[in-house]
Amino acid sequence: MTDSIYAPRMARLADVRPMTELEKLFVVEFPDGGSLGHQPGQFVMLSIPGVGEAPISVSSSPSRSNGHFELCVRRMGDVTGALHRMKPGDVVGIRGPFGHGFPIEQMRGRDLLFAPGGLGLAPLRSLINQVLDERGSFGRVIILYGAKRPAELLFRDELEQWAARDDVEFHVTVDRGDETWTGNIGVITTLFPKITVDPRNTVAVTCGPPIMYRFVLMEMLGKGIPETQIYLSLERRMKCGVGKCGHCQINNLYCCKEGPVFTYAQIKNIPEAL
Amino acid sequence: MRLRVLPKEQVPDMVRALMADYRVWGPKAKGPQFAFEPLYDPAEMRLDYNISILSPKVALQPPQERIAVFHLDGGFSVEPVLEVEPTVIFGMHTCDLHALELLDRAFSADFPDAHYLERRKQTLIISIECLQPCDEHSFCKSMGTWTADEGYDLHLTDIGDAYTVHVGTEAGEALLAKYAQARPAADADVRRLNEVMSAKWPRFQHRLNFDAAELPSLLATAYDHPIWAELGDRCLSCGSCTNVCPTCYCFNVIDSPDLSLKEAVRLRRWDSCQLDEFARVASGENFREARAARQRHRMFRKGKWLYERFGKLGCVGCGRCIRACLTHINIVDTFNAIHASQHRR
Repeated sequence: MTDSIYAPRMARLADVRPMTELEKLFVVEFPDGGSLGHQPGQFVMLSIPGVGEAPISVSSSPSRSNGHFELCVRRMGDVTGALHRMKPGDVVGIRGPFGHGFPIEQMRGRDLLFAPGGLGLAPLRSLINQVLDERGSFGRVIILYGAKRPAELLFRDELEQWAARDDVEFHVTVDRGDETWTGNIGVITTLFPKITVDPRNTVAVTCGPPIMYRFVLMEMLGKGIPETQIYLSLERRMKCGVGKCGHCQINNLYCCKEGPVFTYAQIKNIPEAL
Repeated sequence: MRLRVLPKEQVPDMVRALMADYRVWGPKAKGPQFAFEPLYDPAEMRLDYNISILSPKVALQPPQERIAVFHLDGGFSVEPVLEVEPTVIFGMHTCDLHALELLDRAFSADFPDAHYLERRKQTLIISIECLQPCDEHSFCKSMGTWTADEGYDLHLTDIGDAYTVHVGTEAGEALLAKYAQARPAADADVRRLNEVMSAKWPRFQHRLNFDAAELPSLLATAYDHPIWAELGDRCLSCGSCTNVCPTCYCFNVIDSPDLSLKEAVRLRRWDSCQLDEFARVASGENFREARAARQRHRMFRKGKWLYERFGKLGCVGCGRCIRACLTHINIVDTFNAIHASQHRR
């Protein structure tokens, strides 16, 4: 029988780890133990049998695959709601990996500035961990992470490890603190004055809610980082993942195929992009 | 390949013979209009139709199709479904033939879509030359789609009591040999064909006030044109324009469990960039919220973006979107207005 690009492979939830009120981490494996073979920044189409399919960015680094991959998923719609009710051993469908990820080869030797906001850490974590696993081949690693509240911070154990490393400059902030929070308070842009960069040698990467991009981009451009060295990972509705269904179009760009990772230079003249 | 002649009285027999081996789609009367539908009786076919409500793409990308079945017992297994049967589309007009070329490119690009392509592979196209414009809304002459010299297996032209048959492919040649008794064209037939075609050309009018090849560059400077707001104010976001468009192929994918919950089907359905929720994600963010932006998106796809991606304009001048629009949004008037305003400057 001819294969269909719309029929998923069967996969199993190896583990489900609660992270916040809305997010869980799903560890997924294929029955044959095969790896997903993804690049940081790529996504999969996740099927919940009988419910539907949604695009989800891969959160784990290829350098730590061990026959499984991780999806950090917010409970939001039908598919993610059903996923959140599942437990280890349950079966899901996977298509992909799809899309253009981060060009890690072009980042080697450079200083890296990561600025994820909220759930935007999910796709960036894949790249950050790959970079940290090959730490020697990159320059400075700066991570500026913002969330709405302390309780919404993702991957808290890893954040602590990043904060403790000498070779990572890590700053975190929340929009609103709580009684236990002793760190920075304010939106993510309040972290930028804390750092100085060598703009020519810096590659900046950001992902977050739509409202965030405009302000984070102003900070990055304000530091003199060239438009071609600023990468964004964009979210769109997707029904096929392969550049046909039309839902993810940003003018003439298919976010699923030409993206989801774009340089600012690629999209700055497209009003619909940000 | 040599020109043949098919006497008109042979057509019903040919259709009947084809029906034994193929699903045969043809134009049928539907109230005062026409629709491409499977034929069950050769007498239903109306080769004198002006234009079909939906384009014959319905035979290749149906409004809804099954693309996979999930078996939900004990985890799940999944099997792809290709709803394909040997098919003949009889009587396709050349505007729709040009549109088909675009669909072929879209579904073949990068990730080949077996559902469309397998169906396409098993479909033979018998097109027919239009000798009259359908009505005041068609602008096929402006789009260069009022005739065609490729894309068909067989192409008919009405020369009175017979059709001349241009053979486009070997499959068309074989079909003609097996299902009809066409004779080689005589000098008189060729003369008659030339007369018919000479009489055709002046009947069609240009309706774009400029060369369609200029459309991509014209639109390149029209992204912020005030006309989009005007269209947005009128548009009802009903999606009629995209439903009737022969080059629209965007779709939704829906998983639907059966009542036993032992099986679920994955369905592909036509979708429309004109609908409010088309670009909305689960969080509620809508990346193309304004009707003006959605109308602009449609017109840019037709006049610029599909051309840049596939080397062929996304509009074939059939005029269906103009006829279908409840608020008289008119793609020809829109393009002409943009052209006029840019020439004033």
